[in-house]
Amino acid sequence: MRRREFLAAAGAAAGTLALRADPASATPEQAQEAIRALVGGGTLRKGRVKLDLPPLVENGNAVPLTVTVDSAMSAMDRVRAIHVIAEKNPQPVVAVLRFGPRAGRAAASTRIRLADSQTVVAVAEMADGSFWSGSAEALVTMSACVEGV
Amino acid sequence: MARTLINMPKRARRGEVVEIKAMIAHVMETGYRRTETGAAIPRDILRLFVCTCDGEEVFRAEIHPGIAANPYFAFTALAAGSGTFVFSWTGDNGFAATESVRLEIE
Repeated sequence: MRRREFLAAAGAAAGTLALRADPASATPEQAQEAIRALVGGGTLRKGRVKLDLPPLVENGNAVPLTVTVDSAMSAMDRVRAIHVIAEKNPQPVVAVLRFGPRAGRAAASTRIRLADSQTVVAVAEMADGSFWSGSAEALVTMSACVEGV
Repeated sequence: MARTLINMPKRARRGEVVEIKAMIAHVMETGYRRTETGAAIPRDILRLFVCTCDGEEVFRAEIHPGIAANPYFAFTALAAGSGTFVFSWTGDNGFAATESVRLEIE
């Protein structure tokens, strides 16, 4: 437990340094802007979306992410797309996952990059026009995109 | 052609939901990194991954630099009937790759 606490503190400190050194980093406001642009005039509600990320990330270059939406994936209740947004990455929008009529379940996994410790948000766009969101926190000890070659 | 790896069952029962895992070898250079001399490394990423079954879209991922190198996507498809799944990746600098896998209904 003590080691974990130390790693967490070190990660937070490293994250702060990386953020200061990197002018290309987006801000949570930009991420909010991206979400607003996506939702348009609709309302965004919390829930139905489960985002799985490891709570402590040693290497931000490849972070496993799984997103699941509570939906029957029937003709009436269907997820059209899931937007993955990382507020402190240089570009907040990480990926847009779109599901066709033949997609079995409203779930997908991928590997993302995280530039800093942050909250990752997934916004689900449903076929009925509603938007739902879920989020997960990740503590990154070694961030992506800061190293040279 | 870039190396690809598709993991999915060859056979399924009608109405079953099958899991598909697709990965491709690609550097996914973000365009945000610099060399030791300070020169910017130009962006070279994949932009799109699409999976279709007999022409009908199953899953699509719009890819940004925040996706890790060697992009990996796992998703599911409804086995409605026998068909050929076609996977295609497109990206910067004219990158294009396709792969196909046949699914038979028992």
